[in-house]
Amino acid sequence: MRSTNLTPTVQPAWLRLVLGAVVVLLGLVAVGGPAFAQEDDGGGEGATETVGGTIVARDDTGERVGIEGVTLQVIDADGNVVGEGITDADGVWLVELPSSGVYSVELLVDTLPDGTSLRDPDRNILTGVEVQPGTNKNTLFAMGDRQVSDDNTIVAIQLLADGVKLGLIIAMCSIGLSLIFGTTGLTNFSHGELVTLGAMVAYMFHMVYGGANDFSFFGLFNIWSNGRILGIPGTNSLIFAGLVSVVVVGTFGWLYNKIVWKPLRHKGTSLISALVVSIGLSIFFRYVLLFQFQGRARFYRDYQVQSRVDLGWFSLEPKDIFIILFSIFVLVCVGLALQKTRAGKAMRAVADNRDLAESSGIDVESVIKWVWITGAGLAGLGGVLFGMTENINWEMGFRLLLLMFAGVTLGGLGTAYGAFLGSLIVGIFIQMVTLFDWFPSDMKNVGALATLVLVLLIRPQGLLGRSERIG
Amino acid sequence: MDWVAIIESTFRGLIGEQFIYFALAAIGLNLHYGYTGLLNFGQAAFMAAGAYGMAIIVTSIAPRLNDDEGIFKLSISEGWMFVLGAFFGVVVVPVVLALLMGIPTLRLRADYLAIVTIAVAEIIRLTLRSPRFDWLTGSSDGLSGFTRTFYDFSPFDPSGRYFFNLFIGNQFFLVLVGWAVLALGVVLCWLVIRSPWGRVLKAVREDEDAARSLGKNAYSYKMQALILGGMFGAVGGMMRAIGFSLAQPDNFITDVTFFVWVALILGGAGKVFAPVAGAAILYAVLGFTDVFLRELVANDKVPDSVLSGTQVGQVRFMLMGLGLALLAAFRPQGIFGNKEEMALDDR
Repeated sequence: MRSTNLTPTVQPAWLRLVLGAVVVLLGLVAVGGPAFAQEDDGGGEGATETVGGTIVARDDTGERVGIEGVTLQVIDADGNVVGEGITDADGVWLVELPSSGVYSVELLVDTLPDGTSLRDPDRNILTGVEVQPGTNKNTLFAMGDRQVSDDNTIVAIQLLADGVKLGLIIAMCSIGLSLIFGTTGLTNFSHGELVTLGAMVAYMFHMVYGGANDFSFFGLFNIWSNGRILGIPGTNSLIFAGLVSVVVVGTFGWLYNKIVWKPLRHKGTSLISALVVSIGLSIFFRYVLLFQFQGRARFYRDYQVQSRVDLGWFSLEPKDIFIILFSIFVLVCVGLALQKTRAGKAMRAVADNRDLAESSGIDVESVIKWVWITGAGLAGLGGVLFGMTENINWEMGFRLLLLMFAGVTLGGLGTAYGAFLGSLIVGIFIQMVTLFDWFPSDMKNVGALATLVLVLLIRPQGLLGRSERIG
Repeated sequence: MDWVAIIESTFRGLIGEQFIYFALAAIGLNLHYGYTGLLNFGQAAFMAAGAYGMAIIVTSIAPRLNDDEGIFKLSISEGWMFVLGAFFGVVVVPVVLALLMGIPTLRLRADYLAIVTIAVAEIIRLTLRSPRFDWLTGSSDGLSGFTRTFYDFSPFDPSGRYFFNLFIGNQFFLVLVGWAVLALGVVLCWLVIRSPWGRVLKAVREDEDAARSLGKNAYSYKMQALILGGMFGAVGGMMRAIGFSLAQPDNFITDVTFFVWVALILGGAGKVFAPVAGAAILYAVLGFTDVFLRELVANDKVPDSVLSGTQVGQVRFMLMGLGLALLAAFRPQGIFGNKEEMALDDR
């Protein structure tokens, strides 16, 4: 690593790293532990593999309500029924399995209440449900009528709008990735976990602490009552939880830099070793998150189901419109801050040429600290927005990471505006590629990753990257 | 606490089939990273190449060649299809994959190679999963039924137990064959590294520009190393598929690559024996913690709120991740490696 400190630090950095990791782990266990242990008491105690899900439909007001008494059968590869589950009042069902493997799940249509039907009647049997050892596998049976597409909708423009939304979310997540690379040279593979953390923290405040159960922080003070902090209305809303999440993830980014990356920089760890460290920590964080939050997909309560607003050639849910406008607002603010403010100029200067910036009197370590805080905060925000559009699960960030890399490389590693442009293109590409009938829609992410490889072949420095020798 | 089960599991990790698969893949990765300095984070793709190269030929292609309704109406015996499958899995597919991976990236800086190899490995896995190619790859269910020829050679009673009751017959045969292949691999790696060709690889790792100025085509040497190391990975993946009697896309997720990396760095990159030792130690540790934690949970030594049976499998990944990070930060040369040899700089 490009270290400016010629004398090695006396304080044993490894000790701080280990302690830091333990603190982070314990913190997560302490904070998330009691709440989640309670929430998941339906989970398979004793059995190691389970398959389950939630059968919900919307009532007339658009609320999601669980359907009780639906029977589901789990069938193994040889066609034997290995278990049967019946949904409870919340529509939740769970079947314990004898072992990991590939199963199929059949929803017995006869047991559905009158007036309720599967969205796609042919999908009452889900085949190829893979259950990994020691995990719970969630299955989804969509209920109710398929969204009827309006005559005015032009598929291409609809996909473009969806792509813009996805691209903006990727952009928000990847600006930090790109700036951290630009200022420290670190290819941070653990950036995806910041995204997951953001979504999860918001979930915790929104659903668990904001739920009906009171929660006392180490028993010291009891600030949550009736799901509201100090009884203030609105503190259980997703908007509040999202704001808290940005602060928490930003703080985490600050700590992460302080405990792990700063000591490693001072130690003079090579960039390659640092890259491997980030991969190791990525796995570690990912499985700590799985440990805490279990394997199933989760959803925020607010803005869960909305009816689409017809916008002429395309239609969007109100939350999508909010996400698009809000992301543009945030990204413009970030752009203006980078362009106009002293801190922003310093960030760009350090990303451009670290040594020159330092000799001009810029406090490089302080700039790096702020890059980590803002980068992590933006990634956390991206996680909340991504969780609103899809679902929240322990691997969401890691899945997004490769798309972030595709976007950042496309735009030019190390440049903030390149990350923005590249991510937007990747998002649009992923959605638009399904226009072609010959392209399997389940492979749309493959297309985005393939463009990453192609870009490196044609223009390795990316769209906005300066042509420099990177080989 | 069932200490016999814990010791058995540890010992099995030390010498058993998991160790063999990952030691083979780690030998390949050692050629990439330890000797040539290539940051290959797509070793799982090479393992998948070995598994699927075999499985596709024997399970998907053979019936289409041989059947009366097939295109060619050939009559190739299953044994020969197995040999052809092994050739495809170990030679043809890894070479194609290495070219695919290497051409866009081997000229670039190391971190680009890391990103692209991870991306290619995911592209391969998602493509194998896609229902579009179900007829060829069996999509997410994968392919099975390609191992009969292999196990037909087994002299052991399939239902008998062998070697301190650790392995059943077929497993024991697989482990013995695996050890033979592993020994062959180590010798081959040792010969390759002390040849002039191996010395050029080290030169490329140490200073690519210097190697180039001496008239060595660094790009070509890197490609050759990628191909050879990929073949080792493919052998490991093929053995793994034979061991599972199943080639399934999700057996080759990115985490598999990371396990190979931990095995390599634990042993010490740049030493012939190190990946083998690293894999043995890694799987002994994992075998121990897995059963030890399960026993703790089963005997109510830890409260369920701290650790439940479901979560034991996740602890192994946490240990793996933390181990990789700590090793890379504080002992990049591993247990047996040599610090001077592994003083990799960014390039």
